[in-house]
Amino acid sequence: MSVRVGKTATAPAFPIAAGGALEDSQLRRNVKHATEVIRAKRGRVVEEAADWEQLRQAGHDIKAHTLRHLDQYLQQFEANCERAGGKVHWARDADEANSIILGLLRGYQATEVIKVKTMTSDEIGLNRALEAAKIEPVETDLADMIIQLGADEPSHIVVPALHKNRAEIREIFLDKMGLDHLGTEATDLTDAARHYLREKFLRVEIGLSGANFAIADTGGVCVVESEGNGRMCLTLPDVLITLVGIEKVIPGFQDLEVYLQTLPRSATGERMNPYNSIWTGVHAGDGPQHFHVVLLDNGRTEMLANDLERETLDCIRCGACLNACPVYRETGGHAYGSIYSGPIGAILSPQLQSMEHSRSLPYASSLCGACYEVCPVKINIPELLIHLRGKVVRTDQSTLAGALNPESLAMKFASRAFQSTSVYVAAQRLARLGQAPFVRKGMIGPLPGMFGGWTKFRDLKAIPKHSFRDWWKDHEKARQKSGGAGPVRSATNASDASRRAASSETKEGASHG
Amino acid sequence: MADSTSARAAVLAQIRKRLTESSIPASTDAELAAEYQRIPRSYSRGAAADADHLLHLFTERLVDYDAEVVRATSDGVAQAIAGLLAAASERRAMVPEGFPSEWLPQGVEILRDQDANGEQLGHEALDGIKTVITTVSAGIAQTGTIILEHSAGQGRRALTLVPDRHICVVRTSQVVESVPEGVERIRAQATQPITFISGPSATSDIEMTRIRGVHGPRFLGVVLVEQA
Ligand code: SF4
Repeated sequence: MSVRVGKTATAPAFPIAAGGALEDSQLRRNVKHATEVIRAKRGRVVEEAADWEQLRQAGHDIKAHTLRHLDQYLQQFEANCERAGGKVHWARDADEANSIILGLLRGYQATEVIKVKTMTSDEIGLNRALEAAKIEPVETDLADMIIQLGADEPSHIVVPALHKNRAEIREIFLDKMGLDHLGTEATDLTDAARHYLREKFLRVEIGLSGANFAIADTGGVCVVESEGNGRMCLTLPDVLITLVGIEKVIPGFQDLEVYLQTLPRSATGERMNPYNSIWTGVHAGDGPQHFHVVLLDNGRTEMLANDLERETLDCIRCGACLNACPVYRETGGHAYGSIYSGPIGAILSPQLQSMEHSRSLPYASSLCGACYEVCPVKINIPELLIHLRGKVVRTDQSTLAGALNPESLAMKFASRAFQSTSVYVAAQRLARLGQAPFVRKGMIGPLPGMFGGWTKFRDLKAIPKHSFRDWWKDHEKARQKSGGAGPVRSATNASDASRRAASSETKEGASHG
Repeated sequence: MADSTSARAAVLAQIRKRLTESSIPASTDAELAAEYQRIPRSYSRGAAADADHLLHLFTERLVDYDAEVVRATSDGVAQAIAGLLAAASERRAMVPEGFPSEWLPQGVEILRDQDANGEQLGHEALDGIKTVITTVSAGIAQTGTIILEHSAGQGRRALTLVPDRHICVVRTSQVVESVPEGVERIRAQATQPITFISGPSATSDIEMTRIRGVHGPRFLGVVLVEQA
């Protein structure tokens, strides 16, 4: 077994990659603008649905039920799909899936395939495997084309080229499509894409897709899309290969009534996206006459053993948690070093790889809870993040090198310090001395070494000369000396201070929501 | 090629193993079905909205996503279609088998999905056709969606995909309020190829703004006919 998720194994840790992203002001503007547009649209159409909370709950419950019986539902799907003329293959990991797909393509003597957006194929690195075998993958989703033509990496799970603005996309098209002239309107760009791909849609005989849902009781597959490139890839070729993560199965055709309401509203802020295609096996006289499904594990089964971790597999990849996340909105998706970015990426990427890669991702969150609020299947992402942070720390400490690394030592010291007043007080005094060379006008500038991450992109407030604890002690002393007059005043002061602290916390929270 | 049979056994065994670690036992088919039935579904299945409101909503939502809607009486369908074609200066249209002949517009050349040898049109030939006219299986008002199950009158999937202009006739009795009702309408044909269409082809990939017209039909016309 060798689970791989895109290029995560060689990606830099989040704090390092985020640094680069934060310095790219054009990227930050693009990400901010796009996520603002989508959040506003989502807000409007979610408000319109009076039964939104009930839909979320049902979406959650159906997935939870399915995963508890995943083996049974997968076998149901397989039997029904094959009865209808499809062929189902199983892959334990990325390499196995790639080799199944390559084997099929060689059998059909493929030199080119048309592809409709599938994150799962990015997860297993399918394009690289195809190119190595001299088979050209043609991405047909507008955003994927932009990424492929621009030799870029996806930065969002629904809108992979979200970090590019219209002018930048135009440059890529002009450069790579061999055009002499291209207008600047958005419709000029979509027309160019239409023209560029039409010939391929009509000619290429093999299509490759992912799936949004695999339906157990009918053996059908559902793909949700906007542009019609999906319909082209699913309908015009003679051969269709569909790569499906095993968590995409749902029990019944009827369950679409829930997800076809929550997915479009969450993903693109539309009541319904332009096209949903559902097909079951092979249909005489309509569409591909050879249909293969590749069911992929690649680390998913490992999440089934724990109730909380299992929730990760509920995800319907709508991207709403990315758009809602204050960290994602600042850094964009590339900083996560995984094709799965944002809050879902932060819980999915490390778990898929048994916590061996993407280990910094569970820390790439302020735990504000916005992701949970918007998630259409109610995945408790903040709780999962905390759970996974614990796992990272525990695995670190179980190895000698991990236990001796400065961060781990510091964490252990901090946990001791917080448990004992005297150690805490001593630590505070030590920190006050230690910070002295870095304090300018009450703020701490860039810090060296492992503390650098805290101050790289913002200044910290210096630890005050006088802590609240010191102040309280002095006042208690003063009160005992003066005998009575003091306590009312100081009590009021103290509660004012704590009320101010509380209200500034609420404001902070609200601005994230 | 990797041995998919042993992979199948391995994945299924791994799932069972992990679920057992989580104290979830395997269940019989009957238990599975019963547990599925118990999933609470308290969301709306659509209220019995009055017909006028329903059609108004359907029209409004279709128009909101750039479809063109015209109302017609049952004997005015052919004329309404002719009007949409004339507005586009279109004199020919593809019509699938099974489309009601009384709805066919006058003075328009009707094309069929058949070449000289009686075979389905090839992709290239289909690409030369600009307009297709079909019936539908259902319409969903809340989302402005039409559903095709590609049965008689609707043609195979490629027919409503490759041409740039899709005109469809929706009977008022086919319009339901909600997505659950729409799914219910087609459930008996669940294994047919099914397409949900909500407005013309569009993309949200450029700056997250819905831009009309990429690969699918860039024009969607709906003739809403008052008829059971
Ligand atoms: S975790 Fe929830 S909000 Fe995030 S992509 Fe998945 S379904 Fe959407």
